[in-house]
Amino acid sequence: MQKEMAYSFPDEVLKHVFSFIQSDKDRNAVSLVCKSWYEIERWCRRKVFIGNCYAVSPRMVIRRFPEVRSIELKGKPHFADFNLVPDGWGGYVLQWIAEMAGAYPWLGEIRLKRMVVTDESLELIAKSFKNFKVLVLFSCEGFSTDGLAAIAASCKNLRELDLRESEVDDLSGHWLAQFPETCTSLVSLNISCLGSDEVSFSALERLVDRCPNLRSLQLNRAVTLDKIANILRRAPQLVDFGTGNYAAELQPDVFSNLAGAFSSCKELKSLSGFWDVVPAYLPALYSICPRLTSLNLSYATIQSPDLIKLVSHCPRLQRLLFLIQVLDYVEDSGLEELASSCKDLQELRVFPSDPFGVEPNVSLTEQGLVAVSLGCPKLQSVLYFCRRMSNAALVTIAQNCPNLTRFRLCIIEPKTPDYLTLEPLDAGFGAIVEHCKDLRRLSLSGLLTDHVFEYIGTYGKKLEMLSVAFAGDSDLGLHHVLSGCESLRKLEIRDCPFGDKALLANAAKLETMRSLWMSSCAVSFGACKLLGQKMPKLNVEVIDETEPPDSRPESYPVDKLYIYRSVAGPRFDMPPFVWSMDEAVKILH
Amino acid sequence: MVFEKDLNLDATELRLGLPGSSEESIRISNKRALPDMNDDSGVAAAKKCDQETAPPTKAQVVGWPPIRSYRKNSLQTKKTEAETGGMYVKVSMDGAPYLRKIDLKVYKGYPELFKAMEDMFKFKVGKYSEREGYNGSEFVPTYEDKDGDWMLVGDVPWEMFINGCKRLRIVRGSEARGLGCVV
Repeated sequence: MQKEMAYSFPDEVLKHVFSFIQSDKDRNAVSLVCKSWYEIERWCRRKVFIGNCYAVSPRMVIRRFPEVRSIELKGKPHFADFNLVPDGWGGYVLQWIAEMAGAYPWLGEIRLKRMVVTDESLELIAKSFKNFKVLVLFSCEGFSTDGLAAIAASCKNLRELDLRESEVDDLSGHWLAQFPETCTSLVSLNISCLGSDEVSFSALERLVDRCPNLRSLQLNRAVTLDKIANILRRAPQLVDFGTGNYAAELQPDVFSNLAGAFSSCKELKSLSGFWDVVPAYLPALYSICPRLTSLNLSYATIQSPDLIKLVSHCPRLQRLLFLIQVLDYVEDSGLEELASSCKDLQELRVFPSDPFGVEPNVSLTEQGLVAVSLGCPKLQSVLYFCRRMSNAALVTIAQNCPNLTRFRLCIIEPKTPDYLTLEPLDAGFGAIVEHCKDLRRLSLSGLLTDHVFEYIGTYGKKLEMLSVAFAGDSDLGLHHVLSGCESLRKLEIRDCPFGDKALLANAAKLETMRSLWMSSCAVSFGACKLLGQKMPKLNVEVIDETEPPDSRPESYPVDKLYIYRSVAGPRFDMPPFVWSMDEAVKILH
Repeated sequence: MVFEKDLNLDATELRLGLPGSSEESIRISNKRALPDMNDDSGVAAAKKCDQETAPPTKAQVVGWPPIRSYRKNSLQTKKTEAETGGMYVKVSMDGAPYLRKIDLKVYKGYPELFKAMEDMFKFKVGKYSEREGYNGSEFVPTYEDKDGDWMLVGDVPWEMFINGCKRLRIVRGSEARGLGCVV
């Protein structure tokens, strides 16, 4: 009698219960319980996240989940951000849009990252989805303002249009005027990536005027400082604002107008933009600084004293991104001030203003990061560029910040040793993985031997993403990571002496990960073919722009290798410089 | 899963060079017999040899440091000091372990300059009088002029001062007594 209770709930009840389950992981678990739960769940899943657009085909997604309203897709490997993935590699969204246009008429949200989006794709979106609400194009490329015009004109209830960090062909600023007068639904608009001077400002003003729910607005660099006050007065409800150009000759009336406009924004919590910043205009922000939780100054070429002054007005700051200027005074002192005033800081990113400078930059060292680790106990996420580091500093940071979940350190010169002892930085990074038990993401740099990978494999049990460059001595390093890191999903490696042995010995591990990237390493073409042959659920792709890999001996190392698990088989849109090891096997046989 | 096939790597000319090394030094490296992957002493020897071949020029490695191109581009229009016509001079203070630099052009006069210096070094300038110099403060602002002489800040008109000032130094009051107006 009791056994039957589990099956006595009608489907409607289960469906209602499942509607409270939002997380993908939990929904996946639900679908594995039994056949009927699988069926009920798949009909009521509304949101799908696909971390690798080639891991599954559109048809497979549509077949399993017929009622999707929101989709998120990621395309190119992360190293595409640093020009390591040649143009034309792939990541095209058109096929997905075309198939979803027919299957999901009620699709409302599309979020894409590192994908190629053409104007044709945007026009198809505009035409196909009557209830379209959210379009996020994060680090995408391939489209122009013509495509944006189509979206603006057709999407009557558009809530979010976010083009952050995308490359857009700026043909005309008039696309903004395509938003009909009846469009009043915008909540979020991010056009910070647009380059041209032709953003129609009057169209933008009118748009902002008629959208009372606008909470987040990021302007592009072409919008001048004197225009900010006008925008802010039309949108005092803004929570998140990105200025354009923050430079102008200091004029008292412009200043007071700007200061007044900022102070009228009682909800403003987050600021960004600040291109070409003129320090004299920073005090205009002082009235809102006490409320700020997030400040992105990573484009603002301001000097340390102005930065310190600004930040000292922001005691509630949780997230700070900024750019370090190369000047010959100690910049670490700025970080020390920050550490003493921003006790709630959770995320810190420090970018180099002169990354290719040959001169050693004495203005920012490891001391700054140590100071922040000491003063900001809530620190979770670090991205830090610097020119020197020591094991002692890393150990201190690790001990001060056991709650770190993301730690990305870039010592600008590859293979730089501990500047005090001239030893490798194995022990330092070892301390990071040992003390920070919740570490999910780690990027290494500096002089590193196989030992650091031993530490990572031993302690990095929650590590999901690892980035490695110019490190290690032998296959043992790679083996430690692949055999030890139980939660590993993404591994990207460049310029390391890792070859065939570790890869082949841990082939099964690769099916538990999203992807593996290896470039300028020592993996042979023969090993790639073997992997492709033995592991049908993996797509093994070799990238070589100079010549076909089979025109050389099998023992020759491949230039670039991208391996990812897939249930869709080899893809059909590979350019001439990408070879699938599946096809190679077919040819052999 | 263990794979039987053993790949012979010794015969392969692996073209791994250090970043920053030119084509010539990469070829030089390859002429030496490359060590076996698991031979620790061999790896150490190869490393040592690589270090001796100093890279002739600082060639840029593709994709390193890992910075997005839009970020690099946004820095490119930053003007140099010379282009913007700034007048940067070094500022030092006795007892402070670091120097600072300020752009004299952004200040309209002595009061603003002193405020900036006070903020930077956390001290008070004191009251200036033509006869007595600076009173009421432990520290005194001085500057080096075109002739190499150390002068008291504030004696000459502002325009003359910024055109002649080569560097600033905040000295302890006791040491400033020897300075006076240059007539």
